[in-house]
Amino acid sequence: MTLYFTTDHEWLNVEGDTATVGITDYAQGQLGDVVFVEVPAPGTVVAKGKEAAVVESVKAASDVYSPVSGTVTEANAALEADPALVNTAAEGDGWFFKLTLSDKTELDGLMDVAAYRALVAAL
Amino acid sequence: MMNNQGRVTRIAASDAAVETFTGNRALMLEEPLLFERGSLENCGVDLPDVPVVQDRLAGLGRARVIGLPALSEPETVRHYTRLSRQNYGIDLGIFPLGSCTMKHNPRLNEKMARLPGFADIHPLQPQATVQGALQLIDTLATWLKTLTGMPEVAMSPKAGAHGELCGMLAIRAALEARGDARSVVLVPESAHGTNPATAAFCGYAVENIPANARGRVDVDALLARLGPDVAAVMITNPNTCGLFEPDMIAICEAVHAAGGFVYCDGANFNAIVGRVRPGDLGIDAMHINLHKTFSTPHGGGGPGSGPVVFSAALAPFAPLPFIRKVKDGFELVEEMQARQSKDHDRSFGRMVAFHGQMGMFVRALAYMMSHGADGLRLVAEDAVLNANYILASLKDVFTAPFAHTGPCMHEALFSDDFLDGTGLTTLDFAKAMIDEGFHPMTMYFPLVVHGAMLVEPTETESKASLDQLVGALRSLAARMLEAPDAFRTSPHMAPRRRLDETAAARKPVLGYRDAA
Amino acid sequence: MRYLPLTQPDRDAMLRVIGAPDIDALFADVPEAARLAAPIAGLPMHSPEMQVERALAAMAGRNLTAGTVPFFVGGGAYKHHVPASVDHLIQRGEFLTSYTPYQPEIAQGTLQVLFEFQTQVARLLGMEVANASMYDGSTAMTEAVFMARRVTRRAKALVSAGVHPHYVAVLNTLTRFTDDEVVTAKPALASGKPGDDLDSLIAGIDGRTSCVVVQNPNVLGHIADLKPLADACHAAGALLIVVVTEVVSLGAVASPGEMGADIVVGEGQSIGNGLNFGGPYLGLFATREKFVRQMPGRLCGETVDADGKRGFVLTLSTREQHIRREKATSNICTNSGLCALAFSIHLTLLGELGLRKLAMLNHARAVQLAERLGRIPGVELVTTQFFNEFTLRLPVEARPVIRKLAERQVLGGISLGRLYPGVAALENGMIVAVTETATDADFDAFEDALDEVLA
Repeated sequence: MTLYFTTDHEWLNVEGDTATVGITDYAQGQLGDVVFVEVPAPGTVVAKGKEAAVVESVKAASDVYSPVSGTVTEANAALEADPALVNTAAEGDGWFFKLTLSDKTELDGLMDVAAYRALVAAL
Repeated sequence: MMNNQGRVTRIAASDAAVETFTGNRALMLEEPLLFERGSLENCGVDLPDVPVVQDRLAGLGRARVIGLPALSEPETVRHYTRLSRQNYGIDLGIFPLGSCTMKHNPRLNEKMARLPGFADIHPLQPQATVQGALQLIDTLATWLKTLTGMPEVAMSPKAGAHGELCGMLAIRAALEARGDARSVVLVPESAHGTNPATAAFCGYAVENIPANARGRVDVDALLARLGPDVAAVMITNPNTCGLFEPDMIAICEAVHAAGGFVYCDGANFNAIVGRVRPGDLGIDAMHINLHKTFSTPHGGGGPGSGPVVFSAALAPFAPLPFIRKVKDGFELVEEMQARQSKDHDRSFGRMVAFHGQMGMFVRALAYMMSHGADGLRLVAEDAVLNANYILASLKDVFTAPFAHTGPCMHEALFSDDFLDGTGLTTLDFAKAMIDEGFHPMTMYFPLVVHGAMLVEPTETESKASLDQLVGALRSLAARMLEAPDAFRTSPHMAPRRRLDETAAARKPVLGYRDAA
Repeated sequence: MRYLPLTQPDRDAMLRVIGAPDIDALFADVPEAARLAAPIAGLPMHSPEMQVERALAAMAGRNLTAGTVPFFVGGGAYKHHVPASVDHLIQRGEFLTSYTPYQPEIAQGTLQVLFEFQTQVARLLGMEVANASMYDGSTAMTEAVFMARRVTRRAKALVSAGVHPHYVAVLNTLTRFTDDEVVTAKPALASGKPGDDLDSLIAGIDGRTSCVVVQNPNVLGHIADLKPLADACHAAGALLIVVVTEVVSLGAVASPGEMGADIVVGEGQSIGNGLNFGGPYLGLFATREKFVRQMPGRLCGETVDADGKRGFVLTLSTREQHIRREKATSNICTNSGLCALAFSIHLTLLGELGLRKLAMLNHARAVQLAERLGRIPGVELVTTQFFNEFTLRLPVEARPVIRKLAERQVLGGISLGRLYPGVAALENGMIVAVTETATDADFDAFEDALDEVLA
């Protein structure tokens, strides 16, 4: 498995043809208390850079853009009952959705852990 | 013998934390929910007996219990009176909410709106029986057109955002009428959130135009973006930083030259009424919040009223219904088919079920007639004077990001720089104001200034009132720098402490649920 | 000027603090070409209170006031008796002069009222959650159609011919520049079931239908069982939107929620609010809990404060325009707070018993008058199942009849010619509304006048 990051503060964990997508710990810190997450239904076709999910805190609502193109295979059902998972475990149990990659070359433009941590450190 | 019964002879030492059995604190009375207090068996009205007839409900009667508890009249009066006392209002003190214009609401306006001749007439009565009502709307329309220097006005929109929608629909209709499919609306980043929401509602893509270092629209960026795809520019003037856009005439000319229209958000018209006619600046449409500039009450969130004035180019597209003078009175033109008037032949249609906010029209006209053309000019002058007095009295304590550019209009904008290093935020400052007996100013808006604090005193505050506010804000700022910890949990003396908005949003409880 | 506290010495002192030579200097940013040197010409100067009062009273005096004549006009706005305590309470300054409750610590009064209002509305309409109000019934209906589109991701709305034509006009206006498709028709003046097109609506539902919109009682007064329609909507994945323009009916008629509606919108004017020549009124909006995040408008929710005491806040505000901007569920901002307060107070006075009695009183009086008028030669009672409003077919065009009744100081209803201009099949129709305010003497006067006009 390989971990990738985007400049929009999303992470994706790729295993073979599938990837798990979420927002980073830095992103949840910026949002504050998350109160609601809307995730795409399985079967939804998402395109790289297009809106795939919505995350809401008390004071802000943000679109989450899919870092890659693909077909959603699973949404994190736990977020419906417990959106605070995004605050407590953004890069773990607070994942948003899983998808099947349609174009693995899209991964080439993404960052690795070191590059992303450097990006955040500079903010 | 001297009668000293009940007289306090000595004040006991203060003991702050007195608990009460009721939870009340003297005049601060706790009030349970209607659903905890009322009963399905109670009733606060007396009605005549129901005559016995064969019903015609066709078996569709409501069988199940609805669940509406009642209170008797004395309990009702007490319930709502007690609740009212947990609210702040203009009647209690200054309400310096920038952009919202909370000014005194004259009670003459309330009295006039309740005249049965206005309050107790039906919107669909024969027109011959409501000539006075049509005359009132026409008179108000004349005032609005004259004050703005615009040839046409649509009276029916129900609030500012609804007025924006009316204006943008007229722009879209005008563009379609000339076969011009444009897709983009430009909105300054300092705009009210309603502007982009409205433009999107009309099917336009929204693009932001940045502000310059002087808190005004970056004119170069705006001009550079104009083109055949730009339908309109939505500009608030005076803008949400409380500043006049000095290049407004040039902006309007450039937008027109590029084939677009200019929508002006009139939320801040109160700063210039009687001193500037927006029509002279070249705009095409502007809504007027009667509940801001013309002092109809906000009522805890409406009702508002948002008539829209139009330029000659947009006038033919104005919505139905409209009023016109005829030989022996006034006619309300309600339907496309009934139209004969050439100047309205391309109306984009109807926006509300009836004719708009009559109750607000009466109040606004009473206010305008009271002030007159001379008084309304003074309204703008005093509003601007009061705001500049606040700016001048506080700019050594708070950072005023645009004060270097000259005077402000009706509201003074500050940032929260002064709190740097304290760990306190604009929100903490606002909540501390509550304990001082003030309603907080507008916070975190406009978005172009970090930790924005937007103070709009309005013209109905006395100098003494402003001096007290200034004194309190200066004192708070000093105390917050000295001992910030005391302010992290303000307010301490309001009916409620800070409320948990996260819990409210995570598990929304939006109505009362009876215990099972 | 009585509303301006500053004195001239105050102004001079303040200018000195500011460092400005005069007021004009504060308007320096206004372009020269747009500066006005003197008060705007063509408008009167300021007036004393009594002079304003005199001028406005003169205009008010030119109108024929509902309370002074036999009155039977409805069509989406109804004359009901509003208890005196309602208007007294809404004029308390802490309600009247407060703002939208963004600072909950000092707005618990307004917030608790909204929480109670939402509960009352949801129960009245038979739904799970209601918002804190919209502008009026017509705009609430339009917002419901847009919400159905967000929920179903389809864009075709079937609108019943029984929906108030002004409401349909508003919907047509606001969908003119979107890709929503609105399918509707004019009502038929069919004996027994005027405006009832449930069968054709059911037949028209397809896989592209986002919602079906019906009004109950419909604009011609007819009431219907909406259950079969609800079932048909749900089978096709569409939502049923029910419009109620006379909410007093809900004390007597099964609620839309009970009949399977997904969104219920209404005009709340009937309870607590006067006729006011059409506004301000009160849009009601309620739905199922599962759709709450797609619902437009403000919402008040329960929570606790830092001391653990129950309190209320505006919540789920990220749906709203001040946060989501161009992605908001609606652009609505100011709504109808004070009208909602009036509604809530009146409904608190009524309660279950009062509302049910008021509703049955309206119904019984309407039945009495309908049967009387139906016996006038040449007049047909077209609506046979109704609440407090019914349609008559006159032997002649109704519009001039209404005018002639008004000349005889009787406000007798609404002609269908006014609501549907140019539709010949409807021009003899006349809608009559009867509320608890109409007396036996009013009935006599109406019957006599109608007899006379038709003779």
